[in-house]
Amino acid sequence: MNLQPTQASLTELAGALASKTISSVELTTLFLDRCEKLNPLLNAFITLDRTATLAEARAADARLASGETGPLLGIPLAYKDIFCMQGWLTTCGSKMLANFVSPYDAHVVEQFKKAGMVTLGKCNMDEFAMGSSTENSFYGPARNPWDTRRVAGGSSGGSAVAIAARLAPAAVGTDTGGSIRQPAALCGLTGIKPTYGVVSRYGMIAYASSLDQGGPLAKSAQDCALLLNAMAGFDARDSTSLARPAEDYCRNLEQPLTGIRIGLPKEFFAQGMSDDVRAAVAAALAEYRKLGAQTVEISLPNSGLSVPAYYVIAPAEASSNLSRFDGVRYGYRAPDYTDLSDMYCKTRAQGFGAEVKRRILIGTYVLSHGYYDAYYLQAQKIRRLIADDFRAAFRQCDVIASPTTPGVAFEIGAKSDDPVQMYLSDIYTTSANLAGLPGISLPCGFGAGSMPVGLQLLGNYFDEARMLNLAHRYQQATDWHLRTPEGLSI
Amino acid sequence: MTWEIVIGLETHAQLRTNSKIFSGASIAFGATPNVQACAVDLALPGVLPVLNKAAVECAIRFGLAIGAEIAPRSVFARKNYFYPDLPKGYQISQFELPVVKGGELTILVATGKPGTQAYEKTVHLTRAHLEEDAGKSLHEDFHGKTGIDLNRAGTPLLEIVTEPDMCSAAEAVAYAKALHALVRWVGICDGNMQEGSFRCDANVSVRRPGEPLGTRREIKNLNSFRFLQQAIEYEVKWQIETLEDGGSIHQATVLFDPATGQTRSMRSKEDAQDYRYFPDPDLLPLEIAPTWIASVKTAMPELPGEMRARFERDYGLSAYDAVALTASREIAQYFEDCLAAAGKANSKTCANWIMGDLAARLNKDGREIGEAPVSATQLAGLVLRIADNTISNKLGKDVFDALWNGEGSNADAVIEAKGLKQITDSGAIEKLIDEVLAANPKSVEEFRAGKEKAFNALVGQAMKATKGKANPQQVNELLRKKLTG
Repeated sequence: MNLQPTQASLTELAGALASKTISSVELTTLFLDRCEKLNPLLNAFITLDRTATLAEARAADARLASGETGPLLGIPLAYKDIFCMQGWLTTCGSKMLANFVSPYDAHVVEQFKKAGMVTLGKCNMDEFAMGSSTENSFYGPARNPWDTRRVAGGSSGGSAVAIAARLAPAAVGTDTGGSIRQPAALCGLTGIKPTYGVVSRYGMIAYASSLDQGGPLAKSAQDCALLLNAMAGFDARDSTSLARPAEDYCRNLEQPLTGIRIGLPKEFFAQGMSDDVRAAVAAALAEYRKLGAQTVEISLPNSGLSVPAYYVIAPAEASSNLSRFDGVRYGYRAPDYTDLSDMYCKTRAQGFGAEVKRRILIGTYVLSHGYYDAYYLQAQKIRRLIADDFRAAFRQCDVIASPTTPGVAFEIGAKSDDPVQMYLSDIYTTSANLAGLPGISLPCGFGAGSMPVGLQLLGNYFDEARMLNLAHRYQQATDWHLRTPEGLSI
Repeated sequence: MTWEIVIGLETHAQLRTNSKIFSGASIAFGATPNVQACAVDLALPGVLPVLNKAAVECAIRFGLAIGAEIAPRSVFARKNYFYPDLPKGYQISQFELPVVKGGELTILVATGKPGTQAYEKTVHLTRAHLEEDAGKSLHEDFHGKTGIDLNRAGTPLLEIVTEPDMCSAAEAVAYAKALHALVRWVGICDGNMQEGSFRCDANVSVRRPGEPLGTRREIKNLNSFRFLQQAIEYEVKWQIETLEDGGSIHQATVLFDPATGQTRSMRSKEDAQDYRYFPDPDLLPLEIAPTWIASVKTAMPELPGEMRARFERDYGLSAYDAVALTASREIAQYFEDCLAAAGKANSKTCANWIMGDLAARLNKDGREIGEAPVSATQLAGLVLRIADNTISNKLGKDVFDALWNGEGSNADAVIEAKGLKQITDSGAIEKLIDEVLAANPKSVEEFRAGKEKAFNALVGQAMKATKGKANPQQVNELLRKKLTG
């Protein structure tokens, strides 16, 4: 077997490990070498720790040697630096946690360790997952491997860069308003945000608790399905985790698409997307019709309110969630202060970046006495309307298609001074979080500057398997997901 | 002109669960600082709260005990403020939708004035809600720094809020005592006030009769009934004096200083924080099924109010006695055990012994009734011997002391061993009186001269001669007959 580890699917890697074609240490070393060589250029990782990583790889080899098998055993995995991991620096992209070594593992980390995956490193991200470009990282922006002058998307930008540049075979991210799907789209990857409650949030540093959901990023839908199998499942430590029977997300991958109805929300296609994106998405829809699916026009009348509602609810929750970063117990504390109030003010003024402060201020404002009803409560009502829109739409269709982002990756710094323009990058993605629905982004071609374009599919609650099926069948018929950026060999 | 006093109480009762309200850490009192604070209590990044079912069950028990509505759906909210002993920067509490709504508690208020009767009053409750306690800031022993102990952080509390129904410090104290007894009775709180398991905030205002409610000031963290009484009395006096001097009352939070007996303002309404309450997205709404309430109900003990009514009805006790005997489940149980052995006819005597000598001895030795060396059955044996005139009530106290000191297994044994059996043979008593009269001619003379006091002296001599064993009633009757007959 002619294994090309950087291009191989997780299934191929697992096969090679099981057949002892390659050891976990060899495979991991190969990726670590690439990481150490290319990270200075791409800034995909905040923390790499060769010693700790190779210790995990050796442990995986021992399990393999003992005859244990598993679809993920011995395969390296990159984590967004939002997941707490025992003994590892867990910064959340912030100066506030630049010195925080977690004393415990997130549920997701436990699950992947059980499955025998090897921690490759902790990936760069927008500070506290607030951003759409990874420019808000205390550690500087991650760079898009398709064009290093451009952003990687965000907030799970580092995770996307790591896979796109083949520094890691797969990664985990989190998605609060598009933070998995958006960087997946901008970097030419597949990423899925599961139904709210499918993946435990325990140990995932909270941005907006009612919207946050962990999920995989990978080269293909099939890889995502394998990763989701390991991540998903009930966890009693998260009260919003859903107690459902385990399911195999790979089970429907090969099903034919005949009769599948793909809804196209007229509001999404009316305006707002660039021509290159429109063309790539249209071609993808034509491909789906060739595969037996049909497209139907649907309406999501309140979809235009999703970004405003999101930017009330998410900052409101964030303003409270981030109160624990006060310099008292862990993390950053200002070196000089006169009293308690001064310590709080200086610690938070120095420890948080501009976007985090902006959202804390917005959130504090919308929860304040006298404004609560006008903003927070109103946004919650809109949230219900948006969910109702989807409920009605899914009576007419099985999945909903749209672009993932209105345009391809923009240049670093292009939108830094205009937060509203930046927020509009989330125009297609936030509604899934507000409604709690699953969403997937898959590569569907290239647009301006030969940058990847992402197709987004939104499914009904717990319809991940069907969405993965649609993505997988498309990836069997196309090769967009197999393309790699040039000039990154070492 | 008179003033009306208006008082409402907010009480924090620490719930008797094994672990914290949102984590698995222990809530035992007195541990080394911070050893009972787990990752959730420390508010490490990424941790999440999980509601303790036992705390909810305590709220249900309380709601049933006060005849309140147990909300089928209630919501946990975040109360946001910064303080070093509040690790998350917010307290998880309930705001708009509390778990317990309404309810009432009937109290008996002693007036404290001789010759006036205690009166009954019903205090209405607004709500009771579940919340977590904060940690402790330790300002001493750290030389200009503040120590933080997070052992208490996350301890489950039930905050119990009344309507502004109370009109005096005495009523507020009577309510607080009745509530204290009730939460212990239904087993949801150990009531230990020194350890802070039961603490009250009092909202106090005054007004002219018929006028709208005055501006209130809230006295925080009163952890003894005495402080509650003193603080309210001082605050009322201060408010009335301020108003009568032409001043006005500003809404404020005040602290009571036990050393000076005064209240002082901590913060005014203007400095009041905006807590930015909103539903906690980490916790689902709390839904309580009717079946859960029903199963808790079947496990509820007879409530003190019900028991008190039964004592009055079945045993002919006064309201005062019935309230005293239902002050705790242990006292009520002791009384009922005592009565089971002594018989219903002796209920009043049993009650008197329990509230009198037994209570006094327990108090003196600092013991709970469950640790009384004289068992209910032993006390019943003693009551029976007094009832059948085997011993006098006065010698009964000696028997009680002997039983307390373990000098006999029961009253009969003590009476036998000490020869305390009462002399009721009138022949013997007559002979005794003759001896006393012969030995005290001076007293006899004085009595005949009209000095009633001399009669008592003669009775005393007779009792003394028998070491108190003569039946005092018979002594009285026979002596008078001899002297006047």
